Amino acid sequence: MLNLIWLLLMVSGIVVAAINGQVEAVTQAALGAARSAVEICLDLIGIMALWLGIMKIAEKAGVISSLARLLKPFLRRLFPSVPPEHPAMGAIILNLSANMLGLGNAATPFGLKAMQELQQLNHGDKSEATEAMCTFMALNTSCITLIPATIIGIRLSFSSSNPTEIVGACIFATSCAMVIAVSLDYWFRIRKHWRRKG
Amino acid sequence: MLITVLTSVSRWAIPFLLLCIPIYGFCKRIPVYETFVEGAEEGFYTAIKIIPFLVGMLVAISVFRASGAMDYLIWAIMPVMTAIGAPPEVLPLAVMRPLSGSGALGLATELMRAYGADSMIGRMASVMQGTTDTTFFVLTVYFGSVGIRKFKYAIITGLSADITGLLASIYICNQLFQ
Repeated sequence: MLNLIWLLLMVSGIVVAAINGQVEAVTQAALGAARSAVEICLDLIGIMALWLGIMKIAEKAGVISSLARLLKPFLRRLFPSVPPEHPAMGAIILNLSANMLGLGNAATPFGLKAMQELQQLNHGDKSEATEAMCTFMALNTSCITLIPATIIGIRLSFSSSNPTEIVGACIFATSCAMVIAVSLDYWFRIRKHWRRKG
Repeated sequence: MLITVLTSVSRWAIPFLLLCIPIYGFCKRIPVYETFVEGAEEGFYTAIKIIPFLVGMLVAISVFRASGAMDYLIWAIMPVMTAIGAPPEVLPLAVMRPLSGSGALGLATELMRAYGADSMIGRMASVMQGTTDTTFFVLTVYFGSVGIRKFKYAIITGLSADITGLLASIYICNQLFQ
């Protein structure tokens, strides 16, 4: 799936550029993107180090496992393959809460930590995503943002008369997205188990 | 009123965590600084591990964008979008959103500058920006950090969430702000 999308993006881009006679644009875009990918990762080092450090303290102090225990009934249904007291659960909760508060740069380190924990539970092919990982990604990419801070800031800077009027609409739209993502993920999971039985 | 509450919550969230977690750890007799450094060490390796995945994905996306192929995609789905009540101006943002976070933010800002934050286009751009996520970026970074190359159905779920979010944004804006 990903192989196909990747190839399609590349091939269609280069073919269109060739037809339009803009092949230089492809070269520039490719080289520029390669550089900016590395810059993004270098920027990430500091943020990652900060939040993973704080998270280690939280983990040792027992904050993470109490968070996991608090939301146990809810999480057990979504992640049946993850033991309820596993540190992955705590990291998932932190990631989703940071997402909800619109704290993008704190959400990523927590999310990557959650991925590492989930990978430790991956006893199959280590290069293939597990069901729990797919569920986590479905929740993460569709997660409700209660405070879309960036967009409120931009609206404010263009002197909107009511910068937060969009919050309700955002919550409605993300809720729809989340319902679809979680049900689709559930369906994919169930379908696989049926196939295995049959 | 609402805006002061919201901005103070997002202003205080990070200082609050940075204050409370170390204090709580200290009360639990944890060597806070040493523990912090121990955790922080992992940050470097995780970030470095993502590089090849991100280079691959960002190069493909920006070739697709810069070549003009994305404009053809936008042109192709234009009739569908206008049929469901979206102004054609917001369409590039809808296509850009799952591919590139900074690209989408730039487009949303540009739309609000050109049409005003309180116009229908400005509002719709705001809701779209606040609703959907940069699915390709998130999947690449998260899976890349643990060396996962086969995403299984996660791409389909993520993109369906994006499409649902976009359609719901268009619908709710037409309901609320007309």
